[in-house]
Amino acid sequence: MSFVKEIDYGTPASKAEKTVTLTVDGKQVTVPEGTSIMRAAMDAGIEIPKLCATDMLDSFGSCRICLVEIEGRGGTPASCTTPVAEGIEVRTKSDRLDAIRKGVMELYVSDHPSAWNEQRGTGASEFDKVADQVGLTENRYGTDGRNHVAPGEGSLTVDYIARDESNPYFTYDPSQCIVCSRCVRACEEVQGTFALTVEGRGFESRIAAGMSEPFMESECVSCGACVQACPTDALREKSVLDKGMPESSVVTTCAYCGVGCSFKAEMKGNEVVRMVPWKDGKANRGHSCVKGRFAYGYTNHKDRILNPMIREKITDPWREVSWNEAFAHVASEFRRLQHQYGRGAVGGITSSRCTNEETYLVQKLVRQGFGNNNVDTCARVCHSPTGYGLKTTFGTSAGTQDFDSVEHTDVVLVIGANPTDGHPVFASRLKKRLRQGAKLIVLDPRRIDLVRMPHVEASYHLPLKPGTNVAVLTALAHTIVSEGLFDEAFIRERCDWDEFQDWASFVMQAENSPEEVEKVSGVPAELIREAARLYATGGNAAIYYGLGVTEHSQGSTTVMAIANLAMATGNIGRPGVGVNPLRGQNNVQGACDMGSFPHELPGYRHMSDDATRDIYDSLWGTKLDREPGLRIPNMLDAAVDGTFKGIYIQGEDILQSDPNTSHVAAGLEAMECVVVHDLFLNETANYAHVFLPGSTFLEKDGTFTNAERRINRVRKVMEPKNGLADWEVTQTLAQRLGLDWNYQHPSEIMAEIAATTPTFASVTYDLLEREGSVQWPCNEKAPKGTPVMHIGGFVRGKGKFIRTAYVATDEKTGPRFPLLLTTGRILSQYNVGAQTRRTENVKWHKEDRLEIHPHDAEQRGVRDGDWVKLNSRVGETTLRALITERVAPGVVYTTFHHPGTQANVVTTEFSDWATNCPEYKVTAVQVAPSNGPSDWQEEYEELSRKSRRIAPLEAAE
Amino acid sequence: MSADAKLVYMANQIASFFQAMPGDEAVTGTAKHINDFWDPRMRRKLRVILDGGGKGLSPLVISAADQIRWPETAEG
Repeated sequence: MSFVKEIDYGTPASKAEKTVTLTVDGKQVTVPEGTSIMRAAMDAGIEIPKLCATDMLDSFGSCRICLVEIEGRGGTPASCTTPVAEGIEVRTKSDRLDAIRKGVMELYVSDHPSAWNEQRGTGASEFDKVADQVGLTENRYGTDGRNHVAPGEGSLTVDYIARDESNPYFTYDPSQCIVCSRCVRACEEVQGTFALTVEGRGFESRIAAGMSEPFMESECVSCGACVQACPTDALREKSVLDKGMPESSVVTTCAYCGVGCSFKAEMKGNEVVRMVPWKDGKANRGHSCVKGRFAYGYTNHKDRILNPMIREKITDPWREVSWNEAFAHVASEFRRLQHQYGRGAVGGITSSRCTNEETYLVQKLVRQGFGNNNVDTCARVCHSPTGYGLKTTFGTSAGTQDFDSVEHTDVVLVIGANPTDGHPVFASRLKKRLRQGAKLIVLDPRRIDLVRMPHVEASYHLPLKPGTNVAVLTALAHTIVSEGLFDEAFIRERCDWDEFQDWASFVMQAENSPEEVEKVSGVPAELIREAARLYATGGNAAIYYGLGVTEHSQGSTTVMAIANLAMATGNIGRPGVGVNPLRGQNNVQGACDMGSFPHELPGYRHMSDDATRDIYDSLWGTKLDREPGLRIPNMLDAAVDGTFKGIYIQGEDILQSDPNTSHVAAGLEAMECVVVHDLFLNETANYAHVFLPGSTFLEKDGTFTNAERRINRVRKVMEPKNGLADWEVTQTLAQRLGLDWNYQHPSEIMAEIAATTPTFASVTYDLLEREGSVQWPCNEKAPKGTPVMHIGGFVRGKGKFIRTAYVATDEKTGPRFPLLLTTGRILSQYNVGAQTRRTENVKWHKEDRLEIHPHDAEQRGVRDGDWVKLNSRVGETTLRALITERVAPGVVYTTFHHPGTQANVVTTEFSDWATNCPEYKVTAVQVAPSNGPSDWQEEYEELSRKSRRIAPLEAAE
Repeated sequence: MSADAKLVYMANQIASFFQAMPGDEAVTGTAKHINDFWDPRMRRKLRVILDGGGKGLSPLVISAADQIRWPETAEG
């Protein structure tokens, strides 16, 4: 394997269109106006030594290493801060420059461990390379006197600060720091957290986290941008200090959230040494969060199961078996179940954490092999309403923009999303734009961080009561229509004017007025009006939304209400605007694209469409069923009913992630063959009869599609520890069921997808190799993909306005359950936590806590940190309270990352009317002090313990 | 909620969305949604509930019944 080399141009690219020509060391080079001399030189292939400059950050001009001479100008200006000018002649090498650079470097070294002949870092940092580059050989200043390096005795110790090892992933060694402030600037400019600062002046200048605290106690979110920026070993990954610098690297895609960051997996031998965000990655542009960069340790965690296992009853211990036996067993069981209970008695669940190719194969296995459409995916419980709502209004089940679009946005409306926790890398890009002056409106029951944080403040926060999204959005529309703020020209051109008028008369009805909506939502009418005016008139307005929109009984209606707003104000079809669902898991978009839903084939084509079925019938030699199959909740209902008996679940933990845990458990218990294909014995596996070990994203080839419809390559960096990549497992299973599948590589699966799905027609691995990534639709009309959709017109023809009547959820508060529980996630953990709980990320979030307002807590005699019992109509659990004003009185909040808490024991079976997406965001609950785990928790703990027993292997003959 | 009660609840929920639609769309939308997204065994159960008098079903679901595609065979 080779090492992916990235060029550091020293300063960011200029976006100017006008160009300037200059000469650098006699070479002519033409660059955009505003480019630094440093960058222009690098364009010409000439690397000017530098320490404080890097192209991820604005130029700063502090290190005095990058000096150059310009013909006709006096002095030696810094090339990073000096812009190019027409016709100038720049010299980057001369005796004078050499002497200055060497002199400056010698001063740096005199206060650095290298002068003490100590190697405290890697010896391979940028600092070490620059010392080499300028030919530094001596330190004439010696090591006596004040310095920051020697722990020493007496007076010498005042300037010495010991290493900060508090962060589990990186070390801060102040003795190696040269105070170039790259880390401080990275924290500000790239991440937007402002956790770092330079304190003191002159010789006393030091980099400090927070108020000179250990990193872990400061506001630091451990994104690692500072570590990546540091040119010395002062901030360095512990894994690198431990194992040494990487020797090879491969570009791949993060397997956490829907942002889909590109990373270089940097390896030493067969081991990942670190993950470094790839600057050419178009989703993340060289940035990352704590999960993607650091939390990959689960991939070789001791809990990983590497051998297939079988058991007859779920109360038996597991028995390790060969792959051969496992495949034979599953095939014969599924055939038996279909023979005994009917063709529709089995089904499968595709994984939003697996690749497109793998999800495609699972739905193909169900449709071709099982001969039914009982296939679903975890998007059912997160973004299925997005698919339905945007398909109905715009004609495509996906977001309209790329992430770069935010750079052109003037007004951002965030609804039911918490990007700084859920989609941190996008949040950093959003915050950057907000710091440049874009306005922000937040619609959320909680005061999420974005409402007010360093250098970001929302113009309006509408703290609506959970469950009233539709009412508030329709009231926004009411204001826009009543005040004539809609974009008539856009609507007449792109939408159906009669439909608009019908919709306008609907939103103008009295019950949709801000005053009426104030009564149900608790949001003051004037605040609704102000927010509507800003959204409609503030320039390019973009809506970003998350699961706070979709996970309601009116989830699909809310998505349509959002689409209505964007159409009415003409905020569709160009950069800077649009409707942007922030997807939960890495490949939720892809899993949906690949036909994982029971009613549609890849590319969102309904099963009842004869022409589409014909394509697959002829290719697969089958007769596809035109009827929709069962969705996950319907499968569980059918199982309890006795008509659904077997399921193949790839990479999903429905027991922990789906609502009303005891109902899920009852459904799984009623089945005769539950096959779980996963990395770990997850909670669902407690009810499984067969366990097939899965492979991690590092162990296979494939593609993920992120929230911007971007198809990114996943590249194999090591052999699967379990022996088979997930697509190979599904393929072998299909072969055992008698299907003639012979894919040699995932690229062949993609070829089949492209051949059968018009929106993917031009996607090939070769194209992805050349372009890095593409956004679908990618076909003859858009050979390099489509960053922004609906330009010039909607995919469905005319944009469709839909009446969105507010229907209150039936999950209501009352005397027994007076509080509303809403759920979400936290930065350091991911989904059900199966991965992140098996990393050092638990240092940030060891347990799920119940956020409760001080007023509600006091009424109940609950103090911060107390154990409390959380009851709903369906169940109860216990967890510790966290008293905070982030939640309004009457609202409580928790996360669902830990199986010990099982927040979904209390969530109900209410779901979205259109898609059955569960209503996770609204549960009426009561909270009371408690002194221990609930009965369910104790019983479940016991069940988990029992069901994870693995019988010792019998000695081989 | 019993299985039947749940099905009635889901059908009524669909109707409650289409209720707001102008003209025929309320009826056609409700029926189309059930045809497009409900597995045959769910529709079959709905038929049984309707044949038993449609207890608990909203009037809109009952008027959409004519346009719902009822599966014929016993096996879906």
